Amino acid sequence: MIKLKKKTPLIDQHDKFGFYGNKFGGNYCAETMRKPIEDLSNLFEKLRKDRKFLKKRDNYFEHYLGGETPFFKLENLTRHLGGAQIWCKDVSAINGDAHKAYHATVNALICKESGKRYIAGDTGAGMFGKNLAMAAKKMNLKCKIFMGTKDISRQAPNVKFMRDAGAEVVPVDSGSKTLVDAVSECMRHYVSNCDNTHLAVGSAIGCNIFLKICAWSTSQISRELKKQLVKEFGKIPKLKLINVIGGGSSALGFWNEFIDFDKKHVELIGVEAKYAAPLSTNAKVAILHGAAQYCLTDKEGQIAETHSLSAGLDYPGSSPLHGLLKDSGRARYTNASDKEALAAFKLITKLEDIRPSLEPAHAWSECIRLAPKLKKSDVIVVNNCGKGYKDKKIYIEQLGYYPK
Amino acid sequence: MKNSINNAFKVAKKENRPALISYTVCGDNTKDKSLQILNSISKDLDIAEWGIPHNCPTADGKDIQNSSYRALQNGIRLNDIFKLVKRFKKTKPSKPMILMGYYQMIFNYGDKKFIRKCKESGVDGLIVVDLSFPDNKNFAKLCKRNSICFVQLIAPTTTLKRMKEIIKSSHEMIYMISTISTTGSALKYSIKRIIKNYNVIKKIKPSKNVVIGFGITEKTISNLRSADGLVVGSAICREITRSLKDRQNPVTNVSKLVRKLKNKII
Repeated sequence: MIKLKKKTPLIDQHDKFGFYGNKFGGNYCAETMRKPIEDLSNLFEKLRKDRKFLKKRDNYFEHYLGGETPFFKLENLTRHLGGAQIWCKDVSAINGDAHKAYHATVNALICKESGKRYIAGDTGAGMFGKNLAMAAKKMNLKCKIFMGTKDISRQAPNVKFMRDAGAEVVPVDSGSKTLVDAVSECMRHYVSNCDNTHLAVGSAIGCNIFLKICAWSTSQISRELKKQLVKEFGKIPKLKLINVIGGGSSALGFWNEFIDFDKKHVELIGVEAKYAAPLSTNAKVAILHGAAQYCLTDKEGQIAETHSLSAGLDYPGSSPLHGLLKDSGRARYTNASDKEALAAFKLITKLEDIRPSLEPAHAWSECIRLAPKLKKSDVIVVNNCGKGYKDKKIYIEQLGYYPK
Repeated sequence: MKNSINNAFKVAKKENRPALISYTVCGDNTKDKSLQILNSISKDLDIAEWGIPHNCPTADGKDIQNSSYRALQNGIRLNDIFKLVKRFKKTKPSKPMILMGYYQMIFNYGDKKFIRKCKESGVDGLIVVDLSFPDNKNFAKLCKRNSICFVQLIAPTTTLKRMKEIIKSSHEMIYMISTISTTGSALKYSIKRIIKNYNVIKKIKPSKNVVIGFGITEKTISNLRSADGLVVGSAICREITRSLKDRQNPVTNVSKLVRKLKNKII
């Protein structure tokens, strides 16, 4: 079993080749990309220690993204389920409607620092694309978003947003026409334009530096949560932190400050989509988009197609950092079907005022399964990491309505 | 067998021309057809390169993606590729065969088993697009121990310091990527600049055979003829696509194209 290092940020627990636990991550990329990613690594290591840059980041988080996102108890749901206390870290309240706002903003800031004028990113659900388009506009960068044609049609509201913000949305029509193909195409674009373009990978995936930047950016969520918990409970209570996993960027941000806690004290639970679930279905380690990770493949090693109603979860791979958390036993992973996610949305929106997107609806589903089995003193916190409006059409198709 | 790659370069040098290297995807568009294509063009080739199709090829442009897709649609598997290499080598034992692919396909098969199968079937060299230096050190050693040439890549973005290290750990052949791009896009740099980059590599170690690839077409090939070798890939894959679309025989069309390419460098 892999052992995690205490007091070392999770993103820094790699060897000189970029491997976590000798097994996950690395830099499986074309020679052309080596120098640009080395330059980016050097720049990032400098910036994360640079007070001026950190101040700029905090300023953007505070004034541009709207500051601390709310943390509150769901009284009705708690009463209804009759077990653990259920709390919501409502990251969807951020300007930008999802946790992707953090690392889209940070990527645009880094792009600015690097002197590059172009920024390119991939997107599935459109949350990263939309936030990157917004940040690029704000910082006067030219932005290209790569998106599968299937996702362009099922996440139309976000596509409109990207275009309105001035970004070029590049439709990707190869393979399954979803996120996996969008990431591939975006990487090809980078291989061909790395001299003037900054690559903003949409999740905590890719070569070492890309997942580091992503998880470093989203960790804002757990920094806030830690303070909010202490304010509410006077200490860090016995917790279960439930988060949905696609690539895994929101979970890494939600968990980051709690990694060093004993798992009996703070349990970390990741929820995948049932037919895109490499971590919870014992998939093999495979190399996808530049890194070794748990990934769904066929017997020959070809990357498998996935199926999820949720565009953000419709991805065969997972962050190498989740491989590390799984193999070290620090986090556990489960999954929820489309149907279960929809049922969770139905119940949550009937009882509470939040409107989760399809992605966090998967996390809510696990919360609903788990809460009745627990005691009143147990505290569950769910990261409500995305707003539901983008899935309004799908919810109406599936449930016949979208709540007010 | 180890020297067959070196020999190929020697022969070309004697004839005062660059070695011509083709890249096609094994199994495109069917297993037999891809072998027929290779058999037919091999008289004009010095080295044959076969791509192992992968469905997530992040360094390939549209043409090679299409070829890979066709090959996979027709059900090609790694074991088929080894069998086809064996059949090719049976009739053309002295023609060097290089397999090119993404590391996932090898990793999934198992490094050692993969290299053993390469050796058994007569593969002379390997190019693994996304296993770059220094991460490829162990794999390259394993190749060497089995008399397989591991071909290192050098890109326009490679620094001089890194270039020296790569050349030091390289075997008899080095692949220079002409331009910052995926496979098959137009050359972004002038021929002069590409040749200048090439000369930097040659100056560090003149005895290494350096081939130039990416963006080599009928139009550009003759201007680069001072190189040790030239790889044409996407242009050939594009010709296969065109032939299939026009319901023509890809074997004759590709053979004609390769003949033309050869004529431009003699």
